[in-house]
Amino acid sequence: MKSLDARGWTALALILLLVAVPPLARTFDQNFYLLLFTRVVIMTTAAISLNLILGYGGMVSFGHAMYVGIGAYAVGISSFHGLNDGWAQMALAMAVAAVAALAIGAMSLRTKGVYFIMITLAFAQMIYFVAVGLSRYGGDDGLTVKRRSDFGLFGLKDPAVLYYVALAVMLAALWLSWRMVNSRFGLVLRGAKSNDRRMAAIGFATYRYRLAGFVVAGTMCAVAGVLLANFSDFVSPATMHWTRSGDLIVMVVLGGMGSLFGPLFGTVAFLLLEEVLSGITEAWQIIFGPLLLALVLYARGGIDGLLAKRTERGDG
Amino acid sequence: MDLILILEQTLNGVQLGMLLFLLTAGLTLVFGIMDLVNLAHGSLYMMGAYFFATFTRLTGSFLLGAVLALVATLILGIVVEIVALRRLYARDHLDHVLGTFGLILFFNEAARLVWGPAGMSIPLPPYLARAIEILPGVPYSAYKASIIVVGLAVAGFLYWLVGRTRIGMLIRAGASNREMVGALGVNIRLLFTLVFGLGAALAGLAGVMDAPIRTVQIGMGENILILAFVVVVIGGIGSIRGAFVASILVGLIDVMGRAFLPELLKLFMTPIAASTAAPAISSMLIYVAMAGVLVFRPEGLFPARGG
Amino acid sequence: MKYALLAAASALALAVQPAAAQIKIGFISTFTGPQAAIGNDMRDSANLALEHLGGKMGGKDVQIVYEDDTFRPEVGKQKTDKLIQQDRVDIVTGFIWSNVLLASYKSVLDAGKILISANAGPSQLAGDQCHENFFSASWQNDQTPMAMGEAMNRKGIKKLYIMSPNYAAGRDMAEGVKSTFKGELVGQDLTKWPDQLDFAAELSKVRAARPDALFVFYPGAHGVQILTQYNQSGLKGTVPLYAAYTIDALSLPLQKEQALGVLGTQHWVNDLNNPANQKFVGDFRKKHGGKFPSFYGQQSYDAVMLIASAVQAVNGNAGDVAGMRAALRKANFQSTRGAFKFGSNHFPIQNFYLQETVKLADGTLSLKTVDTVFTAHQDLHAGKCPMKW
Repeated sequence: MKSLDARGWTALALILLLVAVPPLARTFDQNFYLLLFTRVVIMTTAAISLNLILGYGGMVSFGHAMYVGIGAYAVGISSFHGLNDGWAQMALAMAVAAVAALAIGAMSLRTKGVYFIMITLAFAQMIYFVAVGLSRYGGDDGLTVKRRSDFGLFGLKDPAVLYYVALAVMLAALWLSWRMVNSRFGLVLRGAKSNDRRMAAIGFATYRYRLAGFVVAGTMCAVAGVLLANFSDFVSPATMHWTRSGDLIVMVVLGGMGSLFGPLFGTVAFLLLEEVLSGITEAWQIIFGPLLLALVLYARGGIDGLLAKRTERGDG
Repeated sequence: MDLILILEQTLNGVQLGMLLFLLTAGLTLVFGIMDLVNLAHGSLYMMGAYFFATFTRLTGSFLLGAVLALVATLILGIVVEIVALRRLYARDHLDHVLGTFGLILFFNEAARLVWGPAGMSIPLPPYLARAIEILPGVPYSAYKASIIVVGLAVAGFLYWLVGRTRIGMLIRAGASNREMVGALGVNIRLLFTLVFGLGAALAGLAGVMDAPIRTVQIGMGENILILAFVVVVIGGIGSIRGAFVASILVGLIDVMGRAFLPELLKLFMTPIAASTAAPAISSMLIYVAMAGVLVFRPEGLFPARGG
Repeated sequence: MKYALLAAASALALAVQPAAAQIKIGFISTFTGPQAAIGNDMRDSANLALEHLGGKMGGKDVQIVYEDDTFRPEVGKQKTDKLIQQDRVDIVTGFIWSNVLLASYKSVLDAGKILISANAGPSQLAGDQCHENFFSASWQNDQTPMAMGEAMNRKGIKKLYIMSPNYAAGRDMAEGVKSTFKGELVGQDLTKWPDQLDFAAELSKVRAARPDALFVFYPGAHGVQILTQYNQSGLKGTVPLYAAYTIDALSLPLQKEQALGVLGTQHWVNDLNNPANQKFVGDFRKKHGGKFPSFYGQQSYDAVMLIASAVQAVNGNAGDVAGMRAALRKANFQSTRGAFKFGSNHFPIQNFYLQETVKLADGTLSLKTVDTVFTAHQDLHAGKCPMKW
């Protein structure tokens, strides 16, 4: 194994820092940062799942927040009916998300390019309006989760426990995405991204591979939704508004598409930037907007790309 | 259900469709010719409305304010193209989405800093503020009728411009083969800038026409932008004809859903459940229509580049 | 870039020190986007209240920390967490929107702090989910429309059409009118919130239903659209409009003459004749170039004054939640609305007035009290609240 490069070091440092967040927050009596980083860790899991299809598979899904919503509503609705078993909620969320992703993917993957962006948006909007129409579960106003999930061995009531569970899930998602990308499956997915026709010509049913990737990503994202509902004690359709899907894309691109740690870098940067800038001025978006444009124009590889460039320069 | 109500709702649908057409004509033009996904099109629409409110207030004239607003949006569009968007043409769609999303954030905050958060209203001149009788006993807003007229006029103008003029010929040629047109000595960059300016002016026109109805507000572009993209995609990217048909289709679906769905749902739901579910389902209908179209025709109703 | 961010974040973490000799009030409202005008009016009024108090409550300096919910429930919840955990405020107030309040209230109450809503009054929190540390300085959502229904009865209206947005307050408003209106409901529409700005389809249905009156509830920026489109539709001559929370000091400059003659009900009108109100409205107008404060501002002013009365009662020891609660229940302050006391569910028992949009002598548009609809009115949900005191 070759020695770590700049991005490897950054990722390692970041993960160590994330592990240390709860004791640090306690030492400095800054519980707010524990909450902030819980959100960071949960959203990173969602971004990792999007990166699987967007970064590696080239499928620009503009409806990924829908799966966060499915996971969140699985918790909200089951706890509304008195079911608080975390494992059951998790299974429900993943099953519903998988079925939804299978159906949506099967139809959407027939289209390409902008049409794919738009059709994934359309399906996400449909689910969004389904949630708005659920008057029994609060409709537009959302639903308060009165009791957090109970996983038998541990509950999620303690913020530090919730944080470590979310962190463990995030690390598992990272590991899974690393395994997948470097497997035969991942090679086909990446091959189909750069040249779909050639992959098909040498005998791969790329449609099926893409669909499988789409389903895995949706299912993984629903887990983030389950955690998010527990974290905010509240679910609402706003979780799956199309602008939230946009945020997820921004996180992935900001961090660096198709890189293992990109989603982690991107989510940390995005959420902290939002927090810091909005603390400075109410008009923070006037800074953030052009920053985004500049990123697209001048830093294609995102943060990961910047770190990689640094390494190259250092090496030689 | 009486016929007059159905007729009135059809007019409402067509009117909404015309407004959508004004917005989507520019969007699909830019989309089809430069292959640019411009989310900031909604911001240009918003800026058009703000310019309109400002110029109407300054000049005291509704029509003069409208004309000045169109010119201002055209100039703004050209500036945005030269400063930022020109660099995005060669990039992929994801970059377009992100970069122009950044522009939306910028324009929203800029508008707030310049005009304040409260928004602006534009009073209609008396000749447009009244209701006219389209049929005996059926009054209809004169202003909404004028939107239908303007929409039709713009459709006619674009049909003539793209199909019958030299500029239109260059536009069509530039869309199918940039290098070739460039090699023939046409300044492609200038052409693209002009097309983008035209698209911006059309967005501005939509903003101008919409301003007296919805009032001028920050973020007014985002609500309608998604609807505009739905129209473009249903119609087929780059197709003005497709945008026209799809606009009216989407306008009718939206209005008819809101108008008749609650009563329809009440047939098999409790009134309370029906009245809460109806707005959600009618908003969903448009997306169902889009997904349906794309599943059966993956390139929209009128694929512009088919042949 | 990321290193810089982390450094900035940790610098922030170290810089924040809990202040001891100071009262801190957290204030959640909307300061960006189209509804920011409401948030600004609330902030101006709360600041005016603080000014009238000399910047002190119970002998201690007061700081109000304002946070922007950006009109989104989940952001409201995040900002509430920040106020509680990071700014360590003693008490939280503000909240324009019912759905933002419903998403956020748990964060405050679970931390054992007191929450005073300066606007939103969802039925849940007035009924079975009432809480000993939750107070309302405004009204319960049903109350104003109940007064509206009664006012319409008095006007002899027999057939009514209702339009409101499809969210907590919108549905509460519709239910409120229905509970007191004695005539027939000939039609009702719930419209998509907040995206729907075009009401052509609904207004056509109103015309076809031929009601005696149309009741609408469209707060904030939406009030301008509904009024404009109502006027353009030609309904004005035939179907009179009754509006709750749709025409106020913030929307009037945009609605202009279109609002003239439209009737509404409210717990407070800027011309109410009591010293506290005259001082509030007078000083507000002096400070803001003749602009009238809105009811949102009035409630925020009252909320700050209410908090001040409680802090005074516990001699500045705002950490004494039990003492604060007992003092708040007494509502020992001069409300700008006149008589004010709390019901068992911590919602006010107060008068409701009929108001009309008029043109003042100097040509400005304003709201004027024309009648008292209810005296000392309590909301319907109080009975469902198990709290006793």
